[in-house]
Amino acid sequence: MSLPFILFFVFALIAIGGAVLLIVAREPIHSALSLILVMMSLAGLYLMLGAEFIASVQIIVYAGAIMVLFVFVIMLLNAGVEERTDYSKMAKYAGIPLGILLLLELAHWMHHSLIGKTPANGAGSANVMVSTRELSMQLFQKYLFPFEATSILILIAILGALVLAKRDE
Amino acid sequence: MNVVPVAYYLVLSAVLFGLGVVAFVFKRNIITILLAIELMLNAVNLAFVAFSQAWNHLSGQVFVLFVIVVAAAEAAVGLGIIILIQRSRQSLNVERVDLLKL
Amino acid sequence: MEFVTQHAVLVVSLVKIVILLFLTLTTLAYLTWFERKVVAHIQSRWGPYYVGAHGLLQPLADGVKFLFKEDVTPPGADKFLYVLAPFLALSLALTTIALIPFGPATITILGQPTQLIVADVNIGLMFLFAITSIGVYGVALAGWSSNSKYPLLGGLRSSAQMISYEVALTLSVVGVVLLAGTLNFNEMVSDQTGYYRYLPFIPRWHVFPQIIGFLCYFTSAIAETNRVPFDLPEAETELVAGFHTEYSSFKFAMFFMAEYANMLTVSFLATILFLGGWLSPFPESWTFLQYLPAVLLLGLGVYLAYDAVMGATGIARIQLVVITCGALLLGALCLLPAVMPVIQGPFWFLLKVGGLLFFYVWTRGTLPRFRYDQLMSLGWKLLLPVSLANLVGTALWIVFPFLVKH
Repeated sequence: MSLPFILFFVFALIAIGGAVLLIVAREPIHSALSLILVMMSLAGLYLMLGAEFIASVQIIVYAGAIMVLFVFVIMLLNAGVEERTDYSKMAKYAGIPLGILLLLELAHWMHHSLIGKTPANGAGSANVMVSTRELSMQLFQKYLFPFEATSILILIAILGALVLAKRDE
Repeated sequence: MNVVPVAYYLVLSAVLFGLGVVAFVFKRNIITILLAIELMLNAVNLAFVAFSQAWNHLSGQVFVLFVIVVAAAEAAVGLGIIILIQRSRQSLNVERVDLLKL
Repeated sequence: MEFVTQHAVLVVSLVKIVILLFLTLTTLAYLTWFERKVVAHIQSRWGPYYVGAHGLLQPLADGVKFLFKEDVTPPGADKFLYVLAPFLALSLALTTIALIPFGPATITILGQPTQLIVADVNIGLMFLFAITSIGVYGVALAGWSSNSKYPLLGGLRSSAQMISYEVALTLSVVGVVLLAGTLNFNEMVSDQTGYYRYLPFIPRWHVFPQIIGFLCYFTSAIAETNRVPFDLPEAETELVAGFHTEYSSFKFAMFFMAEYANMLTVSFLATILFLGGWLSPFPESWTFLQYLPAVLLLGLGVYLAYDAVMGATGIARIQLVVITCGALLLGALCLLPAVMPVIQGPFWFLLKVGGLLFFYVWTRGTLPRFRYDQLMSLGWKLLLPVSLANLVGTALWIVFPFLVKH
């Protein structure tokens, strides 16, 4: 049980725990906080996968800005406790075991396939940390058009959100 | 071996995606449903980054950046719509939003 | 010692973290004393002078008071979030200290050579911004979990202010990153060595080419840390005490310390990015300046000795004698040949940070506060376009070859 495996399992357990908390929580603010927990553990996993820039972007943008927006809206709308509903018995007693069975089978076949072996397409990738410089070279040269298109997308989203949230005076 | 194989990350990504789907289907509050969508997007991001490291190819990470940007735009507009729904129906229960007319 | 050699990085990091944490918490406590004294002198009065000589035991008295106060939890408050919020605020504010380089020297701890930085991350700047952007949750959750209208409004306003100014903060720093070409703090400071070719008395600090960026950064930093003139959400005359209205005793002390720790962090960052970090403004050839820390500390010791003999009585005299001995000891320590080259970097670094903190406290004592809509329009309509223009200007400047120094 070497250190990478231990770290992976710690982060994975925190992520799954956060996702389960999101489902189980009764108030939306707790669900939002559990999602933030999932995002932080995913940032840790990205660091392990050699994506340091993506890890920091995930924390700054996703966990630090988008989720703050969610928390604001929850606070402003004063979203309280959810109403309880009746889940179908079929879902609880047949669904969960079947789901776990599907998952185990998926994991088994992934483990035995080519994907399950140590990574590398012959390129000998030995857990290198991708530098910001390489990433930005790709982003601004090869993927320049999608980059500019997403900036227009953000502009449209800002206009849309402004128009939607404006009160009719 | 010293490196965690890609399969582990993919299984984790599948589990998180599945839990996101469960939350999407079973929860009643609109905001929680939007949170479940974000969880699914995060699971997909993890798969992208895992493959980017497996094939030693940077496009996986570039795509993750775009996914984060699109998620931000969608969250902003989605929350705007949620505010409008709350204003017109005084409830955040998704079962109340069942008419085409706002 | 086997454990030390096998897990060298771990043990050395732990030692550095313990030392740094101890020094930081003491600094935070005495920062409150410093602020009260300076604001008092600006307002033509003495600050704390009763508790201990020159009021130096005041932070201790405050700490004891906070510990012994009754810890009230408002009814209907979300207990988990209520406890989580101050914990989050303080722990995140203290985590950023791990990324700061205090000097260039290499010292040996427990037989292992190590740098004067706890975590030398290649993208240190991005991680620092990541940690400060999570710090917004401390404020927002404090406001929400208190189950009362003043904290809710104060928390909403305060966190909206923090995320607005975070954008301007991050953009005003990108100009420096363009000039330095790296996100690593150590390299960023090393990039600021030397002097300009035609003006050999001006050091190559980033504040000179990026003066607009520095002003934008510092204004955004004051707003980000919720200090006067941007402290409407927590001013006493406005919203009782904003998001920390319902907090008492130690949790309030944690918010208090978190605010000062945030102040410390942005001052550290400003010094590294703009003011040349641990570099001295004087040329390296002036080696007599190496005695400056020792001279200053010994001078302080002499002044305190004079004060002990002439001025004070009773307990204050005993306390002054103790501090005098401490100052003289530290001064003598700085004269040791093993310590003298190591202490130069941290000395200049802390001097610059102290100057910035004094400026923080000075603006607190001088300026009136902004109204909330003025505050938000300043952040979005003035600082954001100005820092964007700074970024574009810097980028154009770098592209033209005859203006780039390398």
